[in-house]
Amino acid sequence: MLALDLLLQGIVQGAIYALIALGLTLIYGLLRILHVAHAALFTLGGYIGVIVTNQTGSLAFALVVSMVLVGVLGILIYRVAYKPLLGKSPLVALIASIGLFIAFEEGFRIVFGSYGLSFEDPPLRTQVDLGGGLLISHSRLLIVGMAVVILSILAWLSTRTRTGIAWKATVTDPQIASSFGINIERVRYLNFFIGSALAAAAGVMVVLLTNLVEPTMGAVASYKALAIIVLGGLGSVRGTLVAALAIGIVESFGTVYIGHILDRDALAFAFLVVALMVRPQGLFKAD
Amino acid sequence: MAYEIILLTTMAIMVLFALSLNVITGFCGQVSLGHAAFYGIGAYTGAMLTKAGWPLLAALLPAAGLAGLIGFLVGLMSLRVRHDFLAITTMGIAFLFVGFVRKQEWLGGEIGISGIPAFAFGRVGLLVVAVVCTGLFAAVTIYLKRSWMGFGFDSISDDEDTARILGIDVPRFKLWAFVIGTAGAGVAGALYAHHVRYIGPDSFGFVESVTVLAMVIIGGIGSIWAVALAAAVLSALPLWFQFVDDYKLLIYGLLVFAVMRFSPNGIAGALQSLKRRAR
Repeated sequence: MLALDLLLQGIVQGAIYALIALGLTLIYGLLRILHVAHAALFTLGGYIGVIVTNQTGSLAFALVVSMVLVGVLGILIYRVAYKPLLGKSPLVALIASIGLFIAFEEGFRIVFGSYGLSFEDPPLRTQVDLGGGLLISHSRLLIVGMAVVILSILAWLSTRTRTGIAWKATVTDPQIASSFGINIERVRYLNFFIGSALAAAAGVMVVLLTNLVEPTMGAVASYKALAIIVLGGLGSVRGTLVAALAIGIVESFGTVYIGHILDRDALAFAFLVVALMVRPQGLFKAD
Repeated sequence: MAYEIILLTTMAIMVLFALSLNVITGFCGQVSLGHAAFYGIGAYTGAMLTKAGWPLLAALLPAAGLAGLIGFLVGLMSLRVRHDFLAITTMGIAFLFVGFVRKQEWLGGEIGISGIPAFAFGRVGLLVVAVVCTGLFAAVTIYLKRSWMGFGFDSISDDEDTARILGIDVPRFKLWAFVIGTAGAGVAGALYAHHVRYIGPDSFGFVESVTVLAMVIIGGIGSIWAVALAAAVLSALPLWFQFVDDYKLLIYGLLVFAVMRFSPNGIAGALQSLKRRAR
């Protein structure tokens, strides 16, 4: 039973990782930028989620507000920070992004205080029996469900709609796409909006699990999401999903069985390093 | 006086640390997001040895050696993965190091190592040693840059595939860059351990790796003087900003962002364009 329980935990963790990392993959696929400040948007999403829920009492409303606001902020970050750096070495954007991330974290601490915020009335705390004594809380179920729904919508958008096809064309070859009349700038805005909104959703989910949002919540997300998108093959959406689940599951089993030798983060990275040595381009080729 | 000596020692150690990364990232073009791991390996080796009764000066060599040895292994990985993949692999190595140390009782575990013996010749003595080590390493890198090896590094940094076609032994140069760079970081780490006299797993985390990379990039990739200047200024900044205590990291982050946003080629690039404008 322990194994099943661990598997379940791993899947929940993996679903959260997937939501965070997906935005990062979308942005990397389009602009070749490792967008570390993405993790700050994830934290901000959590803050907005808690504050709006506490004010209005509706989690669903808070989720939507959080996704929209953070999505718009994502567009702003692209406009102000990355757009002028597009022609430069990707390292420049990486360092700029890290600077921005540090500033954001400190900003959260100054604005929201260093002790963090919690739900006044934590939603979805009850547990369900999946059969055979395997218990799962409603919040965990919601997280996995949300991840599946959001990813399906995304898959549908990118293969069945004109916008999605324009997006894929721009990823493949921006110049040819633009000569076919695709507004590349619009695709990039949309990309940042969707990616950031996903990070915000992930932020709200994590707060649902832990009932605490702190200024440093994004620290883990900042580096682990990078590891996931690299393991997935950088820019491959499918690869990111597989890598997110794999790392979630490796962590949940690893902490129990070899947790006395390595801590949680080290486990994830040991897996990453070994996987990259076997497959230097990541698990999947970029889309 | 004591305050100035501590500040200067901090600056000298950080300059050495940044120059060591400059060999790997600046000269040879191999991005490392985990350089703090080698700083940490040096610090732990140095601390364990002096606690066992070794003099600090004798402990510097094994600190450099062990860091260089692990650096060689990571260098072997750099032959397999490239660019962003390499950056994340090195980041992974740093997390492995910290995660490993955290769980080792004999290395102090979570609590770290305290009560590291002070340097026999006092604070001023340590400052002198730090400055001498930094000066020597700077001299080595200046020499490297002008040597045949520096030329090899340059070609790999520019275009690895072309360099290989031209018959440049890419793996050998890459491994040298990693060994020299990580050994330098090991010395810096051992000095740091005896400067603050307490080390723990959290002293060598992701933030430290990023900070030192930021110094190299803000200085201007590859330029020795500009990197040294950036490291000296950035390592002193948090101390100068004490008066805005609560906002010091906020300002630091914004500053790093602003330099990249408005002068993407770093200090070296900004100076060059100023020179050009003056003509």
